[in-house]
Amino acid sequence: MAETVPRLALAGITKAYPSVVANDGIDLAVLPGEIHAVLGENGAGKSTLMKIIYGVVKPDAGEIRWEGKPVAIGNPARARKLGIGMVFQHFSLFETLTVAENIALALDARHAGGDLPARIRDVSSRYGLPLEADRHVHTMSVGERQRVEIVRCLLQDPRLLIMDEPTSVLTPQAVEKLFETLRRLSGEGCSILYISHKLDEIRALCHRATVLRAGKVTGTCDPRRESSASLARMMIGGDLPHPRHREANAREPRLVVDGLTLASDDPFGTSLSDVRLTVHAGEIVGIAGVSGNGQKELMAALSGERTVDDAGAVRLMDIPVGRLDADARRSLGLAFVPEERLGRGAVPEMTLAENALLSAHRMGLVRRGFVRADAVREYARATIEAFNVKAGGPDAVARSLSGGNLQKFIVGREIRQAPKVMIAAQPTWGVDVGAAAQIRQALIDLRDAGVAVLVVSEELDELFEICDRLAVIAQGRLAEARPTRETNAEEIGMLMSGSFIAAGTHSERRFSPAGAIGPG
Amino acid sequence: MIRLEARPEPSRLFRWASPLIAAAATVAIGFVLFPLMGRNPIDAFHAFFVKPVDSLYGVGELLLKASPLMLIATGLAAGYRANVWNIGAEGQLTMGAIAGGGLALALHGVESALVMPAMLVAGAIGGLAWAAIPAWLRTRFNANEILTSLMLVYVATLVLSLLVHDAWRDPEGFNFPQSKMFTDSALLPNLLEGTRLNAGFLFALAVIALGWLFMQKSYVGYQMRVAGLAPAAANYAGISSPRTVWLGMLIGGACAGLAGVNEVAGPIGQLLPSVSPGYGFAAIIVAFVGRLNPIGIVFASLLMSLLYLGGESAQLNLALPSAVTGLFQGTLLFFLLAADVFIHYRWRRVRRRATRSAAA
Amino acid sequence: MDTLAQLVVLTLAAGTPLVFAALGELVTEKSGVLNLGVEGMMLVGAVVAFMVASKSGSPWLGVAAGTAAGAAVSMIFAVITLSLLANQVATGLALSIFGVGLSAFIGLDFVSVVIAGIKPLAIPGLSDLPVVGQLLFGHSPLVYLSFVLFVAVHLFLGRTRAGLVLRAVGESPQSAHAIGYPVIAIRYAAVFFGGACAGLAGAYLSVAYTPLWVEGMVAGRGWIALALVVFATWKPWRVLGGAYLFGGVTLAQFQVQAMGSSIPAQYLSMLPYVATIVVLAIISRDAVAIRLNAPASLGKPFHPAA
Repeated sequence: MAETVPRLALAGITKAYPSVVANDGIDLAVLPGEIHAVLGENGAGKSTLMKIIYGVVKPDAGEIRWEGKPVAIGNPARARKLGIGMVFQHFSLFETLTVAENIALALDARHAGGDLPARIRDVSSRYGLPLEADRHVHTMSVGERQRVEIVRCLLQDPRLLIMDEPTSVLTPQAVEKLFETLRRLSGEGCSILYISHKLDEIRALCHRATVLRAGKVTGTCDPRRESSASLARMMIGGDLPHPRHREANAREPRLVVDGLTLASDDPFGTSLSDVRLTVHAGEIVGIAGVSGNGQKELMAALSGERTVDDAGAVRLMDIPVGRLDADARRSLGLAFVPEERLGRGAVPEMTLAENALLSAHRMGLVRRGFVRADAVREYARATIEAFNVKAGGPDAVARSLSGGNLQKFIVGREIRQAPKVMIAAQPTWGVDVGAAAQIRQALIDLRDAGVAVLVVSEELDELFEICDRLAVIAQGRLAEARPTRETNAEEIGMLMSGSFIAAGTHSERRFSPAGAIGPG
Repeated sequence: MIRLEARPEPSRLFRWASPLIAAAATVAIGFVLFPLMGRNPIDAFHAFFVKPVDSLYGVGELLLKASPLMLIATGLAAGYRANVWNIGAEGQLTMGAIAGGGLALALHGVESALVMPAMLVAGAIGGLAWAAIPAWLRTRFNANEILTSLMLVYVATLVLSLLVHDAWRDPEGFNFPQSKMFTDSALLPNLLEGTRLNAGFLFALAVIALGWLFMQKSYVGYQMRVAGLAPAAANYAGISSPRTVWLGMLIGGACAGLAGVNEVAGPIGQLLPSVSPGYGFAAIIVAFVGRLNPIGIVFASLLMSLLYLGGESAQLNLALPSAVTGLFQGTLLFFLLAADVFIHYRWRRVRRRATRSAAA
Repeated sequence: MDTLAQLVVLTLAAGTPLVFAALGELVTEKSGVLNLGVEGMMLVGAVVAFMVASKSGSPWLGVAAGTAAGAAVSMIFAVITLSLLANQVATGLALSIFGVGLSAFIGLDFVSVVIAGIKPLAIPGLSDLPVVGQLLFGHSPLVYLSFVLFVAVHLFLGRTRAGLVLRAVGESPQSAHAIGYPVIAIRYAAVFFGGACAGLAGAYLSVAYTPLWVEGMVAGRGWIALALVVFATWKPWRVLGGAYLFGGVTLAQFQVQAMGSSIPAQYLSMLPYVATIVVLAIISRDAVAIRLNAPASLGKPFHPAA
């Protein structure tokens, strides 16, 4: 049997940074037309590996072979010339420019000529990714923006397409459409490197998988023949932890949102329209939604980072707090874990002790206007210990902690203030599996202790795992929360696409609807 | 190839070393510059850095010039830490001089122990009020405070010019643009016999102490630091952004105003078209070289004061232009900014290792 | 009618240094770099231009030298902020302070020197035409150069691929880097251009507008130019309009005095500065316009995480 030459072969790729070895002797082979998954949890080294293949980063050691011949990929332009295209996880698009301008920027001179808008229309319709060439990117939904990224690659006739966590911004239905496109490309002979940590998707889509853990390859397999459990074992070296549940026992309402309408202060944001929600003591309510549909604005309105004129639109324990700032709401018993760790939940350049003071100053850390340095350090130390934060101590700088550890510190800091209401936005984003499990367990324990918990997340699996009731946010509107037991991913997916918003409803918006989800 | 790489932790060593490196580099520039101007570098170094302070009077002058720098820089540092860029200290100083000096002229001839304190308060308020304008423009209109506070410097200078040319001109001053000389009750008492050092030095030290207490130990000082480092985190903590801007500007303005009235109630003794050799701008450099920290500001003020005196001495003894002072000041700041980088980054030699061929 | 034409010519002349400096800073800012050192660069350009013009006898050589000097000084700023990643605000301030000191120092020997500056055009026949003659043919050559520069910058930013790349870098340097563009090199070029324009602006002041050198003769125009870029919401044609508006305000003080008014000169001198403050407040108020037009990465250092 003739041996097929791999389209791409990596041998012994190694890349080290001052604090961590991102890739350690990685071998990888992708055949022509193969959809090859690169599987690993957050921090396993997947992104670094992709950046090496795309020429953004140079490896310290190792060899890359393209269709059998050794190559050096010095920069992205060289990668594109070879026929490698990359769809970035966090999109490399320019908001104030049009689709055509964005695509032109990524094309080499030889591809950029000719009637670009026509070619865009042609390719986008051929692959089922409708796009208008002269629209400004900031008016487009997240799903549409991904289409721009993909079409941008397709216009260069790629032989290898790298997709970095593509489904984190899509509804379940949109994921299916994407898979159709990818299978089509694969059928035409294009190889696909599919980076993800979502086991079900990989099992549904990919022909082969290479599993990374802590920078090393721990195995290769055919994911169609594996179970999620066996894949998980290769990925994290153990079983996926499942949180311990007790039956929910919801009591009096603690957080009531009633008719919250708020214009976004970001020209590219989504405005909220008549949001209604109740979170009771002793329950976890989740809000599902594709990013960019008003979650940011809702979180800011609930935490107090943005105030609203209608004081009664947000009530804590029956007290109208709409006009109160974040600190005032904290004094009433609210705790908040924000989406961004560095820069919002913690000051990157300050120590953990100084960061403890950020929200916990009421815990005896300030007296007569002066900071009690000992009390502050003790609070930080106790938090570190109680929540298993791996850090150098209270004097470690926040920036030096890994994502998971910093998140544990922030969650711990908030929980130790004994709040009555806890709001967590994307609590396990970018966090390794072990820390994510601890954080989810901590939220459940909080609920069992009678706290009202609200979780906003883009990971449906997580929400189904820990929430008692689920609501959905789309285009700045909230679909009523329903018991988790009585719904499923498909129904939630439909809601995420905005199916509950009556046709013709015109929501109050000052700026272009950036959150609108297009067809499909 | 050499690359700049982020340090996992900021370097303690460089935090202290960078101002020293910057100072040394500036002096080294002097050693290059002086021969180019036809002067013996050793002589020039001596005239510039040693001669000014080799007498009691010289030391007094050193401290006298350092006082306004310490005062203003401490006030500015509080704001800079909060990312409030008050660049108009020179104008606020001028306004403080006008307010305090105006009061002195209004109370001309009144012999009371209350005149001086009243003048000091008036001076601080004058500077504070002038700084309130950019603060208001920033919080109400989102106008950049760098540009507005700076424009107000030009306006303040013109206001002073108006007053000493017209309304407040000394009728017995031979038509020179100057106000009447202040009477004794409106002048700062002398601190050291044989020098011009006055009580203003004590105010400067007091402000340094208060500044340290405020920035390092107080909760409000902490909040301002957070606002400067991470505005989103400040919002998350419920720290009011407008309040930070107001505090940052007003503190700097009050300190500059106080320095202004100290100048006219001290060495100058009256109102003139120019009441400061650029202290307001030099204080910006002092604030940075002093690492925005009151202790560092003390040393940086002494250094800057020495540069001022050195320039005057070089003019007298070596016939060098006094503009060389301004040149050194700017150079010092540049070197500091460059050296500061190494607190958070370091050089790394990045070798391109030869790629291994696939194992047999 | 002729006096009106005269007025227009004078207004354009007064606004021209602002046109040069602000257009240069606009290009710099479009790449995401905030260079507050414009005042310092203009002063250095002014003094070097004057020096070279005086020593060589050729004012045009002086202009070229001034332009080069502005660009050279801007490179100090560029190295410290782009390669050493220092704070752009502080470094820009340092550049201005340094420029004040350096120019005063270099210019000491030239304070009372007289040179033959660049005179406004005087084309026999054309320039003598009533009204039109002055309006079209009576400007200083550098004023015409400023028109050319405006057209060039406008076309560059809006129509060329290089201009598109520059805008992209200012919008999102991380994305531009991910696609493979040399962000740092592009920013160096933008800063260089801004420095050259500032140097040219200063040279215009000392060699054409009022051929003399006096310490601090730029008198805050560099700062006004910075405000102009904000006022123009980073659009070249608005820079032009704003520059001439300020030129007019500057002129007004001389006109009012010439009319024999009893208003003290100081009040009139305040006009440009007060006008700048007012204009800044009005424009900055519209946070949306600022957000949509200001380069999103303005003032933030860029470190290729590779």
